[in-house]
Amino acid sequence: MLGQISITMQELNLQTLIPMLIPICGGLLILIIDLIKENLHKSFYVMMTILILFVDFGSVLSLVVNDRGFFDVILVDGIAIVTQLLILVTSMLFIPLALTSKRFHEFSYPEFFALFLFMIAGFQFMVTSDNLILIFVGLETASLSLYTLIAMHNRSNSYEAAVKYFTMGAVAAGFFAMGSALIYATTGSVELYAIKDVLGERINEPGLLFVIIGGGILLLVSFAFKISLFPFHTWVPDVYEGASAPLAGYMSIVPKIATFVVALRVFGVYIDLGIEPIRIIIMTLAVLTMTLANIMALVQEDVKRMLAYSSISHAGFVMAALALGTTKGNVGIFVYYALFMFTNLGAFTMLWISRHKKRRYSLRFDHPYEKFAGLIKVIPMGAVVMALFMLSLAGVPPFSVFWGKLYVMSAAVDAGYIWLAIVMGLNSAVAAYYYLKLIVYMFLKEPNRDMNTVYYNISKPLMVIIGIAVIVTVTSVFFFQQLLSYVTYMIDYSVI
Amino acid sequence: MDNILSVLIFFPAIAGLLGFVIDKNSIRAYGISVTVIEFVLSLVLWASFDGTSAAMQFVELVPIVPDFGISYYVAVDGISLFLVIMTTLMTLIGIISMSVKSEIKNMVITLLFLEMTMIGVFVTLDVIVFYLFWELSLVPMLYIIGAWGGPLRVYAAIKFFLYTFTGSLIMLVGILFLAFTYHDAMGGYDNVGVWSFALTDWYQLKLDVDVQLWLFAAFFIGFAIKVPMFPFHTWLPYAHGQAPTIGSVILAAVLLKMGTYGFVRFSLPLFPDASVMMIVPIAVIAIIMIIYTAMVAYAQEDIKQVIAYSSVSHMGIIMLGAFAMNTQGISGSIFQMLAHGIVSGALFMLVGMLYDRRHTKLMSEFGGLALVMPRYAMIFGIMLMASVGLPLTMGFVGEFLVLIGFYNVSPILTILAGTSIIVGAVYMLSLFKKTFFGELTNEKNKNLLDLDARETFSLVPLVLIVIWLGVYPTPILKPIDVSVASMLELMEAKATKPKTKEFIASMRSDNKEEN
Repeated sequence: MLGQISITMQELNLQTLIPMLIPICGGLLILIIDLIKENLHKSFYVMMTILILFVDFGSVLSLVVNDRGFFDVILVDGIAIVTQLLILVTSMLFIPLALTSKRFHEFSYPEFFALFLFMIAGFQFMVTSDNLILIFVGLETASLSLYTLIAMHNRSNSYEAAVKYFTMGAVAAGFFAMGSALIYATTGSVELYAIKDVLGERINEPGLLFVIIGGGILLLVSFAFKISLFPFHTWVPDVYEGASAPLAGYMSIVPKIATFVVALRVFGVYIDLGIEPIRIIIMTLAVLTMTLANIMALVQEDVKRMLAYSSISHAGFVMAALALGTTKGNVGIFVYYALFMFTNLGAFTMLWISRHKKRRYSLRFDHPYEKFAGLIKVIPMGAVVMALFMLSLAGVPPFSVFWGKLYVMSAAVDAGYIWLAIVMGLNSAVAAYYYLKLIVYMFLKEPNRDMNTVYYNISKPLMVIIGIAVIVTVTSVFFFQQLLSYVTYMIDYSVI
Repeated sequence: MDNILSVLIFFPAIAGLLGFVIDKNSIRAYGISVTVIEFVLSLVLWASFDGTSAAMQFVELVPIVPDFGISYYVAVDGISLFLVIMTTLMTLIGIISMSVKSEIKNMVITLLFLEMTMIGVFVTLDVIVFYLFWELSLVPMLYIIGAWGGPLRVYAAIKFFLYTFTGSLIMLVGILFLAFTYHDAMGGYDNVGVWSFALTDWYQLKLDVDVQLWLFAAFFIGFAIKVPMFPFHTWLPYAHGQAPTIGSVILAAVLLKMGTYGFVRFSLPLFPDASVMMIVPIAVIAIIMIIYTAMVAYAQEDIKQVIAYSSVSHMGIIMLGAFAMNTQGISGSIFQMLAHGIVSGALFMLVGMLYDRRHTKLMSEFGGLALVMPRYAMIFGIMLMASVGLPLTMGFVGEFLVLIGFYNVSPILTILAGTSIIVGAVYMLSLFKKTFFGELTNEKNKNLLDLDARETFSLVPLVLIVIWLGVYPTPILKPIDVSVASMLELMEAKATKPKTKEFIASMRSDNKEEN
């Protein structure tokens, strides 16, 4: 018989749960409002969502660093706080993109916004826990909402994208469960800190290393699906193409960074214990990812697919930083994503602006390169902004992604992986080609004058978002110091 | 004006931003006014520069990312001062002589931004900020070549961008490694030590020979592609061949100098041992550049290509001088940078003027031009002589100093390099003969107009400078000599191998005797 369990509210420390409860309650609130009053305009829901996220943002800022709560399954360390802030900022920038001048199917449903908030709660659970089961729950909550959000775009290839993503996600979930099971079998725990202690003791037992590494590899495969590492990246271009442009931009940031945090926590244990094979495998995957995705991006005919491959390549870049296992490498992950986020979301928003209901330039693609030909003569400002984003993605200083690249490469050099830094450098050079290709189309080709409606879908809110992205991309040099010192401070405070 | 360098860097950029609101019919006047002011500012810099001191002057230091040691750190010394002045001069002359008609507003704004990046490269002492300007300079040039160039312009522009971008990324790894080494040397591992990207801090660092060799290689790739050194030179003829006149002028006059300046400013003082060990290999490459590209130049049918290849050939002389490790050689090399900047800039402008009239650059289309365009022929002749290195022109001074300087290192290689004057004379004079002398056979050439006022006005100052500095180079050579001598002193003090120390010491004492 179990003894009576008595837990005080103090021990439960429910405060740590508040950041997740806010979006959940917010989502329910939106559903209730829909029940009471039908046919509210999407702008109402957008602003509600932003406000809920804003409150959430405040609650995350007020968290105490290195706090545990809710039966100790919630872990609020520096990483959790930084990641939640990143997720919330990205979400707040994403959601106004629903306010386009043309009406798109999915945003007329309040359920879209409720699901969106549930998804954010899922990601928040994922990053604020070191309990493999809660991580799994968070991951699935978020993923299931995301599949639905993709499918709501209501086009045949959106369904294709959602189903593809769902299938791949299911496989990944399977791998995650199997990996966790192996680790649980060897350590008897699903708490990462406990796992680390047990592994540290048992690591020298004969035959056990094989199982531990096997568990690690299974987990790695599951993360590789989510982060889109080679060879588990094949779904990315199709899914991004099927999803609406802003959602694709969102998917290239938030689910990835959440998974990165989980990977960081799990493989932090492995790397700390000195299990080299895992580090070698991660590094190999990272190098293959950035190189092969770059090569694939070279031959794309559609800008959105190109950006999809480019985001795979950037993920490879960051994965390499993760494998270093140094504080600087870990700081690099967050700094890189924080800077990459604005530029990438900006680039996808530019695609969103140029989006038509029907494909007009090509039967196969929404955003072929030809569509942007001579943009400088049609809308000079739009062309300059898009070029800024492309140069930033290519890593041309002083734009934002350059600083991330610089820091990650520097971390690689510091950790003694000079070859890795060189590979990163060469890959950036290859990548420059496909970003330049778009610039060449926009600046150096003659416009298709008969169909000069590239700014079809524009509206004031979209312009504001683009403006924010441009300002951050261009002035990153001035706040890089603040970002760096804040993230370093937070990471230093984390247990990993 | 203590912050004159910041003004020099950002004045063109701000002017460029404001240029967006200027009406397109007034934009050329605007561009000329801005570059005149910029040029005058650079002359003020020269006037207030203390030529007898080797120290960095007009220093400004503002930390940008203190945690990572990046700061806005600008200063000027004898080595960079004249490159800055040449930049402002050539931009000014380039805009005056510009014949671009379409999208002239975009062109002027692009040129102003380009001017910012070029000056930034020459005066920045923080390596990351240097890298920032270095990379940023690619973007305006990409646009200039790509938007106003010839039929293959997109290919040429992308080739130019990718080649240089790749090289610089390798260099970036080198920079990061060097920063890490500094961080390590300044106190321990993992977030304890001090980070710094200031070049003057790095000068204090003594490195092992192995490390030096690797770092030298990393920086070499970055700089050599820019110079461009054989066998990385293949982007240059394309870039020149397709670029509009103004693009070629700036490319030849300033952008190529960034590479050689990088060697003098970074490679030599940071890696003295590696530099001394690399003298012979680099000299061999330089001599291949000089002779091989001169031969290629002789085989060209297009006037612009001849001058493009001759540029590569002259960059070989500059490289040779930079690696002579003595005051004459290095000062001569810097002087030759200035000479080549002005002379090749002028030659590209001259070719551009011919192209504007006839829309062809093929030598076979011309002949006997001296009859219809006497003033043009005369100025072309003077610039051509300066390019070949005729005494009393600017080209002679640089080439002569370089050869004297390198003679102390290796007489045989110097004699080989000296053939450059001969082969240079061969292709240049044959170009001159085919274009200007003989019968005026082609009907279309009979009515060609001679230089108009604007063209004369933009060329005559360059002719005067070429002759003035050819006769009396001291005002420029003195400050250069002072800075170079102090750099050599630093190299000797920093060298780790006794052999290197001895070698540099012997080079320096040779100098003293001769002086």
